[in-house]
Amino acid sequence: METRELTCIGCPMGCQLTVTLDGGEVTEVKGNTCAKGDIYARKEVVNPTRIVTSTIKIKGGDKERVSVKTANDIPKSKIFEVMKDIDAAEATAPARIGDVLIKNVAGTGVDVIATRNIEAV
Amino acid sequence: MKTYDIVIVGGGPAGLAAAVAAREAGNDSILILERDHELGGILNQCIHNGFGLHTFKEELTGPEYAYRFIKQVLDLGIEYRLNTMVMDIASDKTVTAMNSEDGMFRIPAKAVILAMGCRERPRGALNIPGYRPAGIFSAGTAQRLVNIEGYMPGREVVILGSGDIGLIMARRMTLEGARVKVVAELMPYSGGLKRNIVQCLNDYGIPLKLSHTVVDIEGRDHISAVTIAEVGPGKKPIPGTEERYTCDTLLLSCGLIPENELSRSAGVQMSPVTSGPVVNESLETNIPGVFACGNVLHVHDLVDYVSEEAKRAGQNAVKYISGGCKDAESSEVIELVATEGARYTVPGTINRERMDDLLTVRFRVGDVYKNSFVSVYFDDERVVHNEKRILAPGEMEQIILQKKKLLEYPNLKKITVKIEKE
Repeated sequence: METRELTCIGCPMGCQLTVTLDGGEVTEVKGNTCAKGDIYARKEVVNPTRIVTSTIKIKGGDKERVSVKTANDIPKSKIFEVMKDIDAAEATAPARIGDVLIKNVAGTGVDVIATRNIEAV
Repeated sequence: MKTYDIVIVGGGPAGLAAAVAAREAGNDSILILERDHELGGILNQCIHNGFGLHTFKEELTGPEYAYRFIKQVLDLGIEYRLNTMVMDIASDKTVTAMNSEDGMFRIPAKAVILAMGCRERPRGALNIPGYRPAGIFSAGTAQRLVNIEGYMPGREVVILGSGDIGLIMARRMTLEGARVKVVAELMPYSGGLKRNIVQCLNDYGIPLKLSHTVVDIEGRDHISAVTIAEVGPGKKPIPGTEERYTCDTLLLSCGLIPENELSRSAGVQMSPVTSGPVVNESLETNIPGVFACGNVLHVHDLVDYVSEEAKRAGQNAVKYISGGCKDAESSEVIELVATEGARYTVPGTINRERMDDLLTVRFRVGDVYKNSFVSVYFDDERVVHNEKRILAPGEMEQIILQKKKLLEYPNLKKITVKIEKE
């Protein structure tokens, strides 16, 4: 048996949640005032994920940096590995919103895509 | 210089949405004036996601959200001038602007939409003691440096204020390799969204110290350390609670102020609470034909609400030009009053003849209220009594008024919004 403390992000209440795990399975969520907290806690302790947003250096464009995001959620534990790949990458203008700039970032199976248009100059 | 029916001051989210709505309402003589070198405003540097859940039912980043509107402006052929500074708006709606191509020019507009946005409260307005070295930035300036220019302001960071931009920058700088040591917040609660506290601070183990402030800044040329202390009653630092943090960067995220120099000089009546114009149900200021929307009107926490509000301003500007926005008989004007916990309302007055079937009234509370009610009184009669588990200053609230309900009260003079315990 293991317990984990979380703050719910469902609303400004920010309920302090206590999640009890048994062998990796959630057995109980306490402290939530509504169903949102229960759903959030179960996902957050078993499989926390995040979208990562950053910028990539871009050559030959009307801007120095192109903003990017992971096309889908990636495991929270992989955030810094994803950032390492993003920091090492360099793109070439032009770029359109949605263009894939890094394929399968940090082995997550998720691509990194442009979130703004950069014109070639 | 060509003349235009509608001049929109500012090409950020508010100005873009107002322009699109005005064009769709049938006006094809619209000009957007933008002082930056591109459209989109502050969204261009807000590269994080979470925008557009209400408008587009998906989570977009700032640049993506902006582009949805920029594309509409381009597709509709709406004219805009970049690198253009509006110098003056006269009370007769003549807009004076300048740029390096056209020089100084005047446009006698039929309607003006104020969409200038807001700026960050600077150090000078915060009364922080200590030296004035380099290395102190507003959170938004740091955001621009990191996300647009690609420069890191520093490596060891302390943040004063827990506004959303400060929280977002705590995460952003951590991801780029900086060490964010602490976020200090003067108030006993954070001004930021709960989601940002969890995903920007807790995720990275960054401590948030509520009821704390900066009491000293060290460093002659460049900042080298700050001291923070807990504050007690009257926000006075408590002796003995000081903690010193070495750092090379101090970010300030201490609130936003609507940017209304142009509005003031035009003679627009201002609200001392919001620092934005006082507007009626049509988002029109005391100068007929001058409308306001977005963060220049009051600071929003979600851009979705800015877009929605700006759309109404655009539509009403078109209505005004076509003569559909008659001046109100004073007997028809109902005053909106915010009291007992509610700090202000937008709009401030309602002409029931001019209002739409449904009118959204937005407001903020002045403190954290748990298990309370948002109440609306028509004169002395309570007509709305909505239970709320939580109300917080950082989250904008709204009530929706029905025109048909208002018409049931022919002698109504005053609508009051307040927070009640029961």
